[in-house]
Amino acid sequence: MLEGQFRNPSGCAISGVIDRSGRRMSGECMIRSISTMHDRSNGLGGGFAGYGIYPEYKDYYAFHLFYDGAASKKETEDFIGSHFDVAFQSAISTRKTAGVTDAPVIFRYFVLPDSRKLETRKLDEEEYVVRAVNKINTEIKGAYVFSCGKNMGIFKGVGFPEDIGRFYRLDEYEGYAWTCHGRYPTNTPGWWGGAHPFGLLDYSVVHNGEISSYDANRRWIEMYGYKCNLQTDTEVITYIVDFLLRKKKLTLGEVAKVIAASFWTTIDSKPEEDREQEILLRKMFPSLLINGPFSIIFGYTGGLMALNDRLKLRSMVVAERGERAYIASEECAIRAIEPELDYVRAPRGGEPVIFELNGGVK
Amino acid sequence: MEPLFVYPEYEIVRDRESCITCRVCERQCANEAHRYDEFNRKMLSDSTKCVNCHRCVALCPTHALKIKKSEDTYKLNANWTGDALNEIYRQAGTGGVLLSSMGNPKPYPVYWDRLLVNASQVTNPSIDPLREPMETTVYLGSKHAEIVRDERGRIKDTLAPQLKLKTPILFSAMSYGSISYNAHASLARAAEQLGIYYNTGEGGLHRDFYKYGKNTIVQVASGRFGVHPEYLEAAAAIEIKMGQGAKPGIGGHLPGAKITDAVSTTRMIPKGVDAISPAPHHDIYSIEDLRQLIFSLKEATAYKKPVIVKIAAVHNVAAIASGIARSGADIIAIDGFRGGTGAAPTRIRDNVGIPIELALAAVDTRLREEGIRDNVSILAAGSIRSSSDLVKAIALGADACYIGTAALVALGCHLCRSCHTGKCNWGIATQRPELVKRLNPEMGVERLVNLVTAWTHELQEMMGGMGLNSIEALRGNRLMLRGVGLTEKELEILGVKHAGE
Ligand code: SF4
Ligand code: SF4
Repeated sequence: MLEGQFRNPSGCAISGVIDRSGRRMSGECMIRSISTMHDRSNGLGGGFAGYGIYPEYKDYYAFHLFYDGAASKKETEDFIGSHFDVAFQSAISTRKTAGVTDAPVIFRYFVLPDSRKLETRKLDEEEYVVRAVNKINTEIKGAYVFSCGKNMGIFKGVGFPEDIGRFYRLDEYEGYAWTCHGRYPTNTPGWWGGAHPFGLLDYSVVHNGEISSYDANRRWIEMYGYKCNLQTDTEVITYIVDFLLRKKKLTLGEVAKVIAASFWTTIDSKPEEDREQEILLRKMFPSLLINGPFSIIFGYTGGLMALNDRLKLRSMVVAERGERAYIASEECAIRAIEPELDYVRAPRGGEPVIFELNGGVK
Repeated sequence: MEPLFVYPEYEIVRDRESCITCRVCERQCANEAHRYDEFNRKMLSDSTKCVNCHRCVALCPTHALKIKKSEDTYKLNANWTGDALNEIYRQAGTGGVLLSSMGNPKPYPVYWDRLLVNASQVTNPSIDPLREPMETTVYLGSKHAEIVRDERGRIKDTLAPQLKLKTPILFSAMSYGSISYNAHASLARAAEQLGIYYNTGEGGLHRDFYKYGKNTIVQVASGRFGVHPEYLEAAAAIEIKMGQGAKPGIGGHLPGAKITDAVSTTRMIPKGVDAISPAPHHDIYSIEDLRQLIFSLKEATAYKKPVIVKIAAVHNVAAIASGIARSGADIIAIDGFRGGTGAAPTRIRDNVGIPIELALAAVDTRLREEGIRDNVSILAAGSIRSSSDLVKAIALGADACYIGTAALVALGCHLCRSCHTGKCNWGIATQRPELVKRLNPEMGVERLVNLVTAWTHELQEMMGGMGLNSIEALRGNRLMLRGVGLTEKELEILGVKHAGE
């Protein structure tokens, strides 16, 4: 069976870093960080997300695609050509790496929506992009868009994460923030698209855990036009965050109060104002509460958010050193790249920890 | 004309050795099945009068009594069963419609018993409800709201009115009249203690119970019995009864014998004459009329109370529910064909409607396909027998469940299915003062509170096993269920996989 045709529970390792002054770092640091947690992956999936890596095309949506051959590539490029203006396209350059085999054809396109089509569809630009990506992913057999944000990119595949990083030559990219993921699935995924991070526009999610509310969350979010084709937690979490942030315009802090809501007893003991807002959020979005173990790093333009399930059933620590902030499943993954830390701590269950660029995105 | 003699279905068996002729059974039996023979100084029984309510069995101090299924039988025939013949003899004698009560007793499939619940292990830990919080609180009502912020950026409460339940259980509609004052008192007070709701049914609200208003759902049914502004105002929510699972397509029926002074005042109807609600609401011949009634009730109560629309589970229940979800209702209650009743024509009880499991799954799926599941909460009713039925109903998509029969059983009901006679020996489905007083409300409250508390604990255990700590995460979580021995079609309708998949 292929990824997406069944639920594939996984254990995982995640790591992330952001330089809040906006100074860019090569992807090498993430490769080193995740490789210390080698035992938390089993070689069946790894991936990275880098932010600020495409300054020269920062206003274009960067599409990363997997193809299974020339036919799907041709069909997709016809579709992209008729819906977008393509500023630049090329194969994503890779390096032969032991441990990474059976790679698909991997391409990159910097695009902007075709302005006339956008006009007639009466959609906002982002929604137009989301729908186009969905169309490719569900309707063109053998083609899969795995990254579609601006000035960011996801790189992933089947293998140990450090091997995947080297395969994609991430040491040659520079970004102000990175996240990465090593996967320990209990079944064999044969497919590169099934690796993580999962992305939508500039949002990316890496996640360690297995949520028990999956079907409740999935069936609810699918009412709002999302289609959970991969049947992974990461996918449904990304859609939930997208729905709440982009469509409902909640703040990140509010999103955290929906998906990792405080217990009613905790809410009751809060000051009046917080209590009212938190009760209201739980009443409004009860089916988006995510239950069961999870630790996620949510990446977006200009920041990273770390969030644990409300019982903290998965390990996760955060640390800072000067302008740099770190998030990882285990402290060793942080120490490996920054032995001297100002502090390191384990956030409480349900407590969102948000690190953003000083003064926002430039 | 007298019906032909029919040998009783159950026989009273008395152990002469242990009987001490205390005559308790004689006094306890409103059907006069027991009699003391002064001359011979011994107890006699007449099994033809016995309804098998087990009152005497339970109260006999020496446990000298039991009731046995009669061995008397007609010549066996798989088609013309004894029941089929007896019913014809009765109808040939009386020319009447057969009446019966409580839920459908026929051996139709019970899908709850064909569904199994999941538990987590290895990749996903189970949660211990004794050591971690395990949330069962639910809010019922429309969740559909736009995010609007005030000048300080705080989200405004634009949600429609909600009902808060500490546990996802409500006592379903049972009217004062069909059940006794003491039964109502028990339900109302238990609901208050439990932080849940009870439902007046279509019989109005007795003056004494207005004080439980914040835990009361008042019903507006086709007969409009006992409906007036103060009644609506007293309640936490209003339920429009469009249909009932036990008797889809027809209205309520309260035999005149049960209409005493107090019942007649509360219902605002004459004493002693059968109260028969019209089959349809005569102001609702279509969905747009229902919408008008919903909004009239909302107008009358200043849009402060959720409006529930209760429907019977019938063939096109999904389409009906979809219409209701677009008509301003806040909550839809679906009542399956095994739901109880105080009186229903036997043929309708036993042959009309569909099982709640299928109806619930179909409605939840349809509302999601149409993107309107958020407009309403869904209540499932119609024979929720245990906490595991409750868990399965929520996993199929219910927000909470109504329990009626289970609540009465907690009060002592033994499912003798003779509520329509008004001679309930347990003080529940009767208005005779000497019977009513057998149900002590103090004890009734305690038993109901115990039952719901026990179910809540069991619900928490099962949730913890599934790795859930909030009831919200169970709702509609169909991956937590697997079917056993079900056909492809049944699985498709239930939206669950087969065990082993
Ligand atoms: S209650 Fe029991 S002991 Fe008393 S008379 Fe009846 S059968 Fe005999
Ligand atoms: S309520 Fe009374 S009459 Fe009705 S079934 Fe129960 S025990 Fe029998």
